[in-house]
Amino acid sequence: MPLLENGQIVQDGWTLVQDDQPLPDGDILLPLSRLSEGLGCNGNGRLGVVLKPDEQVDALKEALPRLALVSLHFPIFRDGRAFTQARSLREHLHFTGDVRVTGHFLPDQYEFLLRCGVSQLVLPDQSDLAVWHKAHERITIAYQPSVLTERAEGFAFRRFLSP
Amino acid sequence: MPHSSQPPADVGRYAYDTVDRTFLKQRVEQFRDQVQRRISGALSEDEFKPLRLMNGLYLQLHAYMLRVAIPYGIVSAAQMRTLALIARRYDRDYGHFTTRQNIQFNWIRLEDTPDILNILADAEMHAIQTSGNCIRNVTSDQFAGAARDEVLDPRVHAEILRQWSTLHPEFTFLPRKFKIAISGSAQDRVAARFHDIGLLARKGDNGRAVFEVYVGGGLGRTPIIGVKLRDDLPEEDLIAYLEAVLRVYNAYGRRDNIYKARIKILVQALGLGAFRDQVNAEFMAMDRSRYRLQPQVVAAIRARFATPVFAADAAASSAQLATQTKADPAFAAWVGTNTHPHQQDGYCSVTISCKPSGGIPGDVTSAQMDLLADLAEQYSFGELRITHLQNVVFGHVRKDQLFALWQVLTAHGLGTANVGMITDIIACPGLDYCALANARSIPIAQKLSQRFSNAALQHEIGALRLNISGCINACGHHHAGHIGILGVDKRGEEAFQITLGGNSGEDASIGQIIGSAMSEDETVDAIARIVDTYLVQRKPGERFIETCRRLGAAPFKDAAYATA
Repeated sequence: MPLLENGQIVQDGWTLVQDDQPLPDGDILLPLSRLSEGLGCNGNGRLGVVLKPDEQVDALKEALPRLALVSLHFPIFRDGRAFTQARSLREHLHFTGDVRVTGHFLPDQYEFLLRCGVSQLVLPDQSDLAVWHKAHERITIAYQPSVLTERAEGFAFRRFLSP
Repeated sequence: MPHSSQPPADVGRYAYDTVDRTFLKQRVEQFRDQVQRRISGALSEDEFKPLRLMNGLYLQLHAYMLRVAIPYGIVSAAQMRTLALIARRYDRDYGHFTTRQNIQFNWIRLEDTPDILNILADAEMHAIQTSGNCIRNVTSDQFAGAARDEVLDPRVHAEILRQWSTLHPEFTFLPRKFKIAISGSAQDRVAARFHDIGLLARKGDNGRAVFEVYVGGGLGRTPIIGVKLRDDLPEEDLIAYLEAVLRVYNAYGRRDNIYKARIKILVQALGLGAFRDQVNAEFMAMDRSRYRLQPQVVAAIRARFATPVFAADAAASSAQLATQTKADPAFAAWVGTNTHPHQQDGYCSVTISCKPSGGIPGDVTSAQMDLLADLAEQYSFGELRITHLQNVVFGHVRKDQLFALWQVLTAHGLGTANVGMITDIIACPGLDYCALANARSIPIAQKLSQRFSNAALQHEIGALRLNISGCINACGHHHAGHIGILGVDKRGEEAFQITLGGNSGEDASIGQIIGSAMSEDETVDAIARIVDTYLVQRKPGERFIETCRRLGAAPFKDAAYATA
């Protein structure tokens, strides 16, 4: 499935590892339950973790400096827990790696995802990138702080969003 | 796109600048595109639904309903004319004021909605987040900036909350809707304890605002009185603290059952202590400097509110009113029920009842909206307020102009002297409009309004809050009524249960069901007998709710179910 990053479709070099699979070489994305195993194996690639909607971001606190990716999931687009997980990763834990989202979300949520600190989106096959670009460019003003460094506009908490 | 520094034009409301207007126009175009994607099939109805809801568009029983936000209840005369225009052009010539200070149009076509939102945007209005599982329109005291008992005008902070919550990136897909009310008076006129968050503002030592924070209140299927979370939240932490509360809710609120998804259920499940600990942990961990509400931010928002310039000669104005009330008992009765003490001598606030005898609570025709706009310009600095009791308030009326205002209102069916009395009924739209309802709320409201229409009788009964909901979702706040009526489905027939003892003020209480459901006519008769019981049993000066609390439900229940 296409991976959207910085407005472009990019190659996804990560291997998603299932619960019972042996750890492969390369950049591997592990379930939280296998994190310590991943940290101990000294593989040749980078390490990422999949966090389920009901798993706590704080569980990654110790490991975070060694992680390059945290992948969050939308079981359905109405379930907004990943927004909070993403923002907590950025704002509380100062995570600077990639935050990825998978599952069911809409172009209409793109700007919210970016503003909560998501950097990679796994889109459905045959997604029309123009729709996502349009969603990003549509609204140029926001009324509250976000984890991004946005240019303040005028007064209050207003910001310019840069497409 | 420079922001304009034009002086604010409207009294009582935040004046938009070019940035705010640009944002609204972008939002309209976004929705126009979403409607097109729905029509083309690119969006499924399931995907489109939350998007339209966050623009105030519901699908009701017979048509789409558009709920337009009236932030903290304030509209200008020009905005009211825009609402009249929409009612005339796109609806059936009327609108309905709601218990959350919004207005609903009941007969809207989906394809007209982008154009309607565009017209609203031109008038600096919108329907953003009047529905959906997000932070809803912030409500406030209908006498804000006017009430004599006010310690702090809450509208500046209400506007700050409106802006902050608008398209909030993290809190737009919450477990369930989230309602905030804010008051700046000792007397709670916003039902703060029946909101997801209720804020009571007061002045702190440094002259800046301090907030008492209530959380986890609400009506609906599980009525719960909110509990105090903070006693002394400083102004500068207002946004940070609300972010912390919302973040705990977004992370831990239930998503498996929509009837258990409100924050009240989470607060109950965790217990107040554990919930507070979670919020505090979040609050301490946040980068609070990012959210700090600086004095200059508050000042900049405040500067965009125009304030009225009071010019009446207080003594002469009051003297003239005294003469006029003495001369006309009907006018005196209206002044007695429909005015509220103002901070400024020589002025008062006027509540214009949208509950004429036998009328539909909260319904106003477009002609009445235009008239109210004209009168607001003539008598109240061009400013109107919609109340959560479904009436309209003129905030600042000269006492010596009350008589003239009353005469015009009376001539147009808006002069009913019943504010706070038994016919000042709150009712939800009910089964006449709503797909969720079990019973029609409007016909029983009209029958009760007629039954008690006699002015002398109402006056004799005194203060009594009567609230009607057409189903368990409680949009008519029946649990908060001294007398509440709940529509139920009884073996396929519409029927009504009666609750007693609810109240929404500082001494909030939840009305309790007194017995099995009755038909519409039986319910009207039962309520008449309940009121008779009160008139017989009350001690001198005792209000209905007080008698009810003193005696308990038993004598009223006996009366309700007594058959002749």
